[in-house]
Amino acid sequence: MAVSDTAEPTRRDFLFIATGAVGAVGAAAVAWPLVSQMNPDASVRALASIEVDVSALAEGQSITIKWRGNPVFIRYRTAAEIEEARSVSIDDLPDRLARNANVSESADASDINRTATGREEIIVMMGVCTHLGCVPLGEQGEFGGWYCPCHGSHYDTAGRIRKGPAPENLPVPAFEFVGDNIIKIG
Amino acid sequence: MAGHSNFETNNPLIKWVETRLPIFGLMQSQAMDFPTPKNLNYWWTFGGILTFCLAVQIVVGIVLAMHYTPHVDMAFGSVEHIMRNVNYGWMLRYIHATGGSMFFIAVYIHMFRGMYYGSYKEPRELLWILGVVILLVMMATAFLGYVLPWGQMSFWGAKVITSLFSAVPLVGEDLVVWLWGGFSVDNPTLNRFYSLHYLLPFVLVGVVFLHIWALHVTGNNNPTGISVKSEQDTISFHPYYTMKDAFAMALFVLVFAFFVFYKPNYLGHPINYQEADPLVTPEHIVPEWYFLPFYAILRSIPHKLLGVIAMFASIFVLVILPWLDTSRVRSARYRPIFKQFFWLLVIDCVILGFVGANPPEGTWLLVGQIGTAYYFLHFLVIIPLLGLIETPKPRPTSISQAVLDANKGKGGGADAVPSAQAAE
Ligand code: HEM
Ligand code: FES
Repeated sequence: MAVSDTAEPTRRDFLFIATGAVGAVGAAAVAWPLVSQMNPDASVRALASIEVDVSALAEGQSITIKWRGNPVFIRYRTAAEIEEARSVSIDDLPDRLARNANVSESADASDINRTATGREEIIVMMGVCTHLGCVPLGEQGEFGGWYCPCHGSHYDTAGRIRKGPAPENLPVPAFEFVGDNIIKIG
Repeated sequence: MAGHSNFETNNPLIKWVETRLPIFGLMQSQAMDFPTPKNLNYWWTFGGILTFCLAVQIVVGIVLAMHYTPHVDMAFGSVEHIMRNVNYGWMLRYIHATGGSMFFIAVYIHMFRGMYYGSYKEPRELLWILGVVILLVMMATAFLGYVLPWGQMSFWGAKVITSLFSAVPLVGEDLVVWLWGGFSVDNPTLNRFYSLHYLLPFVLVGVVFLHIWALHVTGNNNPTGISVKSEQDTISFHPYYTMKDAFAMALFVLVFAFFVFYKPNYLGHPINYQEADPLVTPEHIVPEWYFLPFYAILRSIPHKLLGVIAMFASIFVLVILPWLDTSRVRSARYRPIFKQFFWLLVIDCVILGFVGANPPEGTWLLVGQIGTAYYFLHFLVIIPLLGLIETPKPRPTSISQAVLDANKGKGGGADAVPSAQAAE
């Protein structure tokens, strides 16, 4: 078969390229919805916020509420716990970032940056271990805060990771006080 | 594959079909006349047993699916409904749950068999790799299935294992939300897990087909590891190995039935009879026994990403095993040092299993770390080096010769009397 490189493109070449291009674009256009349908649907995304009344919470007590399928810890910390959380130097923390959706992303993990301004005795955070998602147990572990039994992560009284495989501090969700004792999460 | 079939029949209907679709000829050449080494031992019966396990899981699974409801509010109740109300439902569920365990017992024996007799070596590398793919799909299927009864261990196992993907740099968090279809393991997760648990066994059927196809191109390995040299070395698959396989399968089913009828919950965890609670993690999260060694490897490394990488690497290393092994002698029968290291690896895997079942603290953590290090040392250092330094024992000239020698030695009772003749 004698094919010369300089030959004019044929009708077959044109059809081959045009069909290939339509096929590739079409396949990509169909693939995306197939992938995207697995992301949270509108009804899941709509569960945006809840309000919690913490007036009954006394010093040294905690409650766990469910928000978007996950536990959220709300704890009224004792003076000793606050004292302990504040005495830690940032340099001693494995994760030095606040991980608090209410402050800047680069804020350091000081006790102040982990709690609400003016209500530092109350700590609100996700009860989801940053290792593999178990629910840590309160008032346990080597640092008197939370302890995750799944693979042994220890958090301090400000929910900061201190020891174990978890890489980050327990995240603080976006929240605000909408009344004296009403917290709106989300 | 064996050449053109010499299938013959006088039945006009079969003849009519055969000229249009030569399926009877294919069956005869591949499942009946197929030339098979004449010295296969019982370790070679597990391939058939595995096919049987897959068939059982599919048949019983389809039946369970007629009564199961994949919704977070009803899943747990529907499994109890299967156990209490559905006719023979208790038996069907126990067969399916125990069947998962039996499947893994068989696959692990099958794989260690392959390692002992060097079945992964040239020319069977692709056959071996397809086997590793089958293992991965089986693991995914069993993991997804275990979530369906929506007990405490179902839920927390699902959460911990899916969270492994959050270790992926940059996209990890988004990836996990995508897997869950929400912000935690929830109803969308259960729904998709059910869909995939139904799908993957049929993917397995496809991969098993490729696995057997590849087997029928190279032919079976055998306990001597020596290639088939003449027709004298083989016998037809039927009736010799159909009978041997059927006999072994019957024994296997007896063990299977023992667990189903006398110890149905022995291999499971009692806490999975407690309905899933997203707010309370059980004290010990332990996967099913067949995942324990891998779980031990994951936890022995106190770094999230590296732990996940090590766990996946422990399976991936099997893919490259054919190229890590520098020895050209297949069977451990003729590799005295390799044989000892083989058994050390088996012991190491069992120890890792115990480590995986215990909390990762103190001595257990240390043992897990040593066990993990040894696992990788075996594949990445010992196996490549052994081929270079070990002097193999003399091998018989052929399979037939090995069989004759073994029969001669019957009085002495030795398994494989090494032939005095020169190596192959
Ligand atoms: C490779 C084959 C399969 C394996 C290894 C496997 C494994 C499992 C496991 C470990 C469970 C949890 C059992 C329990 O603790 O209750 C399960 C549940 C289930 N599987 Fe499968 N399965 C397989 C094939 C199938 C197929 C083909 C179907 C359906 C077409 C199916 C349908 C179900 C259903 C409906 C359940 C929930 C009921 C129950 O928990 O007993 N499975 N599977
Ligand atoms: S999930 Fe908390 S330590 Fe692993």
